[in-house]
Amino acid sequence: MMMKNTSKGQVFKLRAGERITGKWHRNEYSIIRELGSGATGTVYLASGRNGQVAVKTGHDSMAIISEVNVLKHFSRVQGKILGPSLIDVDDFVHGQQQIPFYVMEFLKGETLFQFMKDHKPEWAGILLVQLLTDLQMLHQAGWVFGDLKPDNLLVVGPPHRVRWIDVGGTTQVGRSIKEYTEFFDRGYWGLGTRKAEPSYDLFAASMIMINLAYPQRFEKRKDGGGQLKEAVKNSSMLSPFQSVLLKGLYGKYRSAEEMRNDMVSVLNNKGTSRMSAPPAKGQRTASRSGQRVKKKKKKRAVMFETVLLGSFLFIVYLFYLVSQSM
Amino acid sequence: MDLKKGTLRQVLLITDGCSNQGEDPVAMAALAREHGITVNVIGIMEENSPEYLHKGLKEVEDISLSGGGVSQIVYTAQLSQTVQMVTRKGMTQTIHGVINSELQQILGKDSTIEDLPPEKRGEVMEVVDDLGETMDLELIILVDASGSMEKKLATVQESLIDLSISLNSRMGYNQFALFSFPGKKDDTEKLIDWTPQLNSITSAFSKLSSGGITPTGPAIKAAINEFTNRRSKRRLITGDDEEYIEGSGF
Repeated sequence: MMMKNTSKGQVFKLRAGERITGKWHRNEYSIIRELGSGATGTVYLASGRNGQVAVKTGHDSMAIISEVNVLKHFSRVQGKILGPSLIDVDDFVHGQQQIPFYVMEFLKGETLFQFMKDHKPEWAGILLVQLLTDLQMLHQAGWVFGDLKPDNLLVVGPPHRVRWIDVGGTTQVGRSIKEYTEFFDRGYWGLGTRKAEPSYDLFAASMIMINLAYPQRFEKRKDGGGQLKEAVKNSSMLSPFQSVLLKGLYGKYRSAEEMRNDMVSVLNNKGTSRMSAPPAKGQRTASRSGQRVKKKKKKRAVMFETVLLGSFLFIVYLFYLVSQSM
Repeated sequence: MDLKKGTLRQVLLITDGCSNQGEDPVAMAALAREHGITVNVIGIMEENSPEYLHKGLKEVEDISLSGGGVSQIVYTAQLSQTVQMVTRKGMTQTIHGVINSELQQILGKDSTIEDLPPEKRGEVMEVVDDLGETMDLELIILVDASGSMEKKLATVQESLIDLSISLNSRMGYNQFALFSFPGKKDDTEKLIDWTPQLNSITSAFSKLSSGGITPTGPAIKAAINEFTNRRSKRRLITGDDEEYIEGSGF
């Protein structure tokens, strides 16, 4: 029984229409289809007594129970539900094997990438703000998400909202991160430890943004930190958020809230700068939105600027003369 | 046995093929287990290596089974993440095993954690997780330095530094030692003596000279000796009888 989790990892799959019954609580679930599979098991859409649910079965009983513990903690500490709520935990017998499973609320939504395909790029920033709001609550409760990545998120709605679907990597603050994915792990990029602290999640949150701008991801070169900075700078989608993302990547934020507030103010500023774009007053027009201004105005502005520049040069020249004569 | 005072003793064997010299590594792994040492194994495979080489990696699984540990076969590129995952799983499995044997003493011979109802199991698992996080760890890393490994050593080095990042993020205390097999003169050579950090690793691998033979069995045996010597030496110096947790109880 101990060897269940050696490399063999007997991956077995349930088929659509198959029914499983819990050994302890006797609840029955009938499998509708597979939703996805990961390192610790497979998630299925199934129908239970009270409608559609998500059932996760695993070959590694220890990992499954660990995840259940995390889900239980979620229901214990939060007033607001962060992850999917836990419905049932049980085992079912399949041939000779006893297979552990747990049942969660089924969240209907789109993956981050699907969502961003159909929506304007500014949504990326808003989704990040939502994510940071939730992270703040999680951190305050003494937990760190750990394996934060697009695969573990879902956009539900409308109204559109980011939700967490896989909270298996969630770790108590101060411990070591249980589960991670290299691209989203600051240890991999040489930018910190794998200690569970808020800044670990904030790094991953910044990397999610980078991943949205670079859906193919990329491999680490020698100087991971510098490479990520370049990636942010070179993307038109990310560069407006450069200061926030870099602080997130370099572990400069102490809390998710701090990062969230910075993010919100960048999003606000972006909006206002666009609205105040066509100012009629002289000097600013030439550089900002010259093309839209009427020709006559433009001419006058150019003249005004020439005079301004001329008088400036004249003053500088005067100073020069004075300093020479002294 | 009080687990809180104990130290986990693990061997991490990194190899790319079959042993061809000395004792049977599967037997040596079984011996290690009797000493309360868990043997975890990682088999490295090249992306486009011929099929028959993959079969050679069957030994990888056999060693870990008899050593009470975890094994995984990977492509070179995925090594880093696998090294930390296998080590972590190996530790959890060892603790799990000890708790199972405790349960058997209380509840009877055939009881395991899996036989408990899910609620109780969750509580036990929380203890296992706690211990995995807080127990001290002594880890001996055995790196295959036979000819075919030469090109992979840079990746191995990187993944071990990465492992050090992971383990040093734990609350428990860590000690590492690094051995290569074959060594320059003997079957096994100690490259790095016990240290809490693996940063010194960079210089260690440059000293390596790849040889033709793969004495995996003798390497595991050398690791067992290292653990037992260390234990008796420490007892001599400090006089305290520090407890090691025995992973062989299941």
